[in-house]
Amino acid sequence: MRKADNACGAVLLVLGGLILWESLKLRIGWGLNGPEAGFFPFWLAVGLVLCSAIILVQAFLNRSSSADKPFIQEGGLTPVLKVALPAFGMVALTEAFGLYPAAAIYLAFYMRWIGKHRWAATLAVSLALPVASYFVFDRWFLIPMPKGHWTWISGLY
Amino acid sequence: MESFGNLLMGFQIALTPYNLFVATAGIFLGTIIGVLPGLGGANGVAILLPITFVMPPTSAIILLSCIYWGALFGGAITSILFNIPGEPWSVATTFDGHPLAKQGRGGEALTAAFTSSFFGAAFAIILVTFFAPIIAEFSLKFGPPEFLGIQMLTFSAFVGLGGGSVPKTLVSIFVGFIMATVGMDIISGQLRLNFGTIELMRGFNFVVAVIGLFGIGEIFLTVEEGLSLKGVQAKVTWRTVTSTLKELTRYWKTFIRSAVIGSWMGIKPGGATPASFMSYGFAKRLSKTPEKFGHGAIEGVVAPETAAHAAGVSALLPMITLGIPGSPTAAVMLGGLLIWGLQPGPMLFKEKPDFVWGLIASMYTGNVIGVLIVLLFVPFFAAILRIPFAILFPSIVYVCAIGAYAVNNSTMDIWYMMIFGVIGYVFKKLDYPIAPMVLALVLGDLAESALRQSLIMSQGSPKIFFASPISAALVIASILLVIWPSISRFLAGRAHHHEAPQKAS
Repeated sequence: MRKADNACGAVLLVLGGLILWESLKLRIGWGLNGPEAGFFPFWLAVGLVLCSAIILVQAFLNRSSSADKPFIQEGGLTPVLKVALPAFGMVALTEAFGLYPAAAIYLAFYMRWIGKHRWAATLAVSLALPVASYFVFDRWFLIPMPKGHWTWISGLY
Repeated sequence: MESFGNLLMGFQIALTPYNLFVATAGIFLGTIIGVLPGLGGANGVAILLPITFVMPPTSAIILLSCIYWGALFGGAITSILFNIPGEPWSVATTFDGHPLAKQGRGGEALTAAFTSSFFGAAFAIILVTFFAPIIAEFSLKFGPPEFLGIQMLTFSAFVGLGGGSVPKTLVSIFVGFIMATVGMDIISGQLRLNFGTIELMRGFNFVVAVIGLFGIGEIFLTVEEGLSLKGVQAKVTWRTVTSTLKELTRYWKTFIRSAVIGSWMGIKPGGATPASFMSYGFAKRLSKTPEKFGHGAIEGVVAPETAAHAAGVSALLPMITLGIPGSPTAAVMLGGLLIWGLQPGPMLFKEKPDFVWGLIASMYTGNVIGVLIVLLFVPFFAAILRIPFAILFPSIVYVCAIGAYAVNNSTMDIWYMMIFGVIGYVFKKLDYPIAPMVLALVLGDLAESALRQSLIMSQGSPKIFFASPISAALVIASILLVIWPSISRFLAGRAHHHEAPQKAS
């Protein structure tokens, strides 16, 4: 856990530094309309840098047993990746095919690969959910979902 | 008396067939959201927020607030039958609720939970009805320095009373505010912190952040823990309901005490979770049979549920009167108000009385509908958890993606949602609180303009924050709250230091 705390603190420290840099470019003084655009983010970044430095020092000094606990419990990483990777995959597919086909592929892949469901159940759910949501959002509420770059697919619906 | 007349007008709005339908649908959806692992009130409201853009604002807020009540009810079902607290404030309900269910008294536990929720909510609604106009009237005296003061108080409450690590809570607040500054500067129109990219020009939308942080992050946590659902069957028959209701009258003191604790804690931000624990603790300490707690005491269900619902409702009081939400869900609703072009705060009562009183009246109707629906449909809601995980989780991710996209019609937002999911997962594991971050993201623009306007008024002098008694009191109270954890630790250390030699001698 200590390593993860350190890593997170370091990332926040770098982020704080970047924002300090950007705010200075925007100027942080007094302009025609009062405090300039960089004023507020600058002081926030100062706070962020200070607090993440304290967190880093605390994590470094912390020798308690909880600090030695692993960040991810044993056997916990695989199920998280099994959920996260296909989900990221669905977003990538959405860019190409649009949300409904991407969701159908994602649901089918997940049910078949992780859930080991039978093909009949897999196909039924992975088709029914996107079709139902198409009617609810695109037709009923008139909120069109992303159609993707490949219009020869999204053109079908 | 004026409140009473306004409330009657509110009921005329809340009781129209369309709004009643919207309320029922909201309760139903909310309960499903509360029952599903990985989805909570804030997330549910955020996902459905874009749908409400096609509705009139009053109906929209009725739908959202009813989703909120429904999620609070749903949390109790999973806590009692499955030992899974859907929301942090349902944790205390599992202590006695699940043992009761295992003893075959699930029906009693559920009836007690729903009745307590109803009582807690009703108590807080009456409070909102009579106090909202008074606070709104009072806050008409507020200028930019006072508003900044009250926002400071909100955030310092997280630091001083949150109980977590102070630097981590502060980091969460700073990150939230920084995210709010990304995009166009509200005063000079300059582009800020977009690092030269087009994608960041619009800034971060809080709805997308909420869906990622609360929804996707929660799913990652749930699968990591390898959750197994071993539910207990519960049948709620009318005989169980009537006999439990008779028994509950014995606990009138617990009801009132918990409702008072809940209402008080709800007005302060982030209060529902400490409220439920605090009222559970009080109930146990003041009980004649404290040994029964943790093994299936009905009082152990009554106390946290009453307090959590009272806190949930009273969290809306500062939201509508001051524009300061008392809970993450209230923060999402506040974002909704801003999107519909309604500025929460004192003027809302003057300019949009139909909206405010329609909302307050819908709290009454929503909770009555809620109690009836959950009592009638417990088996249906419990059955939702029997859906296999391989169907449930991808479906939740898909619904979250729809919600995130619908805010701005941008695929980029779905990517942001996933990234926020990872951030939420890491932050939760490392004990960075998420709620103050979301609140800072929602309030960022308002806080910054209050700060800059105050400084313009005073030509840059920070003395303006101490110029009026209200803002001075607010700023001093916020500073005291922030340093309170250090003072209390110092005092505890000294007490310990004094005790140790005495024990040794």
